[in-house]
Amino acid sequence: MTKPSLTLLATLAVVLAGTAVAMIFFVAPEDADQGLSQKIFYVHVPIALTAYACFGLAAWKAFRLLTTRGDRYDLESYTGVHQGTIFGALTLVTGSIWAKASWGVWWTWSSNQLVLFLVLFLFYCAYFMLRYSIEPGPRRERISAVYALFGVALVPVSFLAIRLASDFIHPTVFTRDGPQMTGTMFAAFCVSWAAITLLAYVMYRVELAGKRTDANLRELREALAS
Amino acid sequence: MTGYFADVAALARKDLRLELRARDTLPAMLLFVLATLVVFHFALPADAGDDPAYGLLWVALVFTSLLGLARAWVPEREAGALDGLVLAPTDRSAIWLGKTIASLAFLVAAEVVALPAFVLFFAPLDAHALAGVALASVGICAVGSLVSAMAAASRGREVLLPLIFLPLAIPIVVGGVGASISEEPGKFLAFLGLYDAVFAILSWAAFEYVVTE
Amino acid sequence: MAETPLVRARGVERRYGARRVLHDVSFELGRGGTLVVTGPNGSGKTTLLRLLVGLAVPSRGTIEVGLDRAHLGFVGHEPLVYRELTALENLDLFGRLYRVPERRERIGMLLERFGLWDSRGERVSAFSRGMTQRLALCRALLHEPELLVLDEPHSALDAQGAALLDQELEALVPRCTLVVATHEPERLGTLATASLALGVA
Repeated sequence: MTKPSLTLLATLAVVLAGTAVAMIFFVAPEDADQGLSQKIFYVHVPIALTAYACFGLAAWKAFRLLTTRGDRYDLESYTGVHQGTIFGALTLVTGSIWAKASWGVWWTWSSNQLVLFLVLFLFYCAYFMLRYSIEPGPRRERISAVYALFGVALVPVSFLAIRLASDFIHPTVFTRDGPQMTGTMFAAFCVSWAAITLLAYVMYRVELAGKRTDANLRELREALAS
Repeated sequence: MTGYFADVAALARKDLRLELRARDTLPAMLLFVLATLVVFHFALPADAGDDPAYGLLWVALVFTSLLGLARAWVPEREAGALDGLVLAPTDRSAIWLGKTIASLAFLVAAEVVALPAFVLFFAPLDAHALAGVALASVGICAVGSLVSAMAAASRGREVLLPLIFLPLAIPIVVGGVGASISEEPGKFLAFLGLYDAVFAILSWAAFEYVVTE
Repeated sequence: MAETPLVRARGVERRYGARRVLHDVSFELGRGGTLVVTGPNGSGKTTLLRLLVGLAVPSRGTIEVGLDRAHLGFVGHEPLVYRELTALENLDLFGRLYRVPERRERIGMLLERFGLWDSRGERVSAFSRGMTQRLALCRALLHEPELLVLDEPHSALDAQGAALLDQELEALVPRCTLVVATHEPERLGTLATASLALGVA
């Protein structure tokens, strides 16, 4: 049964999140250089990874939509993109906070990850503009699916581009990233990552259920009206 | 196989013939790119040097191609000709390829005017920069034809095209500027080649799904 | 004795988002038959015809047409041509795409038959509505389709054009399967072998 399982997952997510918070603040050692602000890393990176996962899921569902005749894939792909965009926005926000805490600036072009997310954020925002300017129907589903697939191709290509660009556009002044994680740090990171992934999944299921209900309701209304 | 390329040729010829007759898109692109370059002169501070100018060249090229791409599918929309093409036994990807080749021809024609103007107004262009322009043009038209068809299927089409196209064009700009100013242009040219390969294949394969239901 | 029908539709449903345009449509059409589709505006005639030629897919149900695209002919509400090309250029393009043998002769013959030979060098944008519709018919007949699907073909034609079309349909019936959506079923009279009435309910 879907319903109890969702509640169970949500509870688990909350528990994990609580554990993660505890571990981040009380168990993991403070970073020598960055101090307290480094703790954002435990949230920022999993959120970024989750965003990638959402976009990947959306692209997979899109691929399924194009290659089979399944009805469900359109909403699943769309929800994936929606979740991904939310987490993408959160990535930008947490990244910005981290940049401010670490280097005193709200934005820096030298963080390849941040720049990549900015490009992706623009791309996937356009997804919604595209989707909502097309009449509902198979045409809209297919075009949305193709767009979602292009997004996934854009990720590695953009990453490469940004890496190349950083050579001549902005010299890497700030060293960052890949902190050498000790055992407890790594544990805290994993718990946090698990919590955020689970949270994302729960949100995905909830939103998908909501969208399906909306669609069924609209269909019923149409059927009653005619 | 020969049938496929014969179709592509027939379709590309049709687009060239239409433009030759209407003469609205290409002159607009030429004028636009020249005007843009002039605007850039005023936008750059006096001591800016050459590097920023190369960046702006790429901005000019991307936005000029947007102008052309916005009109790419207009003849097909006017009297439902696109349906006519989709109905034909032709491979749908051939429709995309024909349109891409025609768009490329127009973009190159605009560049034939824009590049000498750039050299005249701003800075010289070496072989690497020109190779970058060539590779980037292919990528712009390949992705642009597909994306333009998507936008054409929507209600807000003129507004939508830049929104969909620009994020995809960012890697092209990186590659092009890099090929122009970096000490290792080969890297960037290779990257542009990669971009072209990835997105041309993707566009070629996906076009079918954009024009059918 | 009974061969598989050329067109078979089963439980066809077509929705645009929540709006349902076709509901549970089923029929069969044998080779050589002529199906007349009637119904008020908005009953889904155009949608059904587009489903038949593959310009749209059903949301539910199946449509099987035992022919590939090269043998289908379609005249819809739009002429499906290029406005800024001449009649000749349009037909030449589609003739190439459909790999019509002896293309030039066939185009010439069709243009003459539909009274467009003298206007063959004019752009479609200069045509009247009736002439454009006649060109659309030429385009649809260019490759001698085995299944011809016509969506209210008489509506854009003047009296002369309509008479030409009726003549053409009579000539075609022996070797071509026809599906015609129309507001005037009586025009087809004895040609029709089957009929399908779509209602809004």
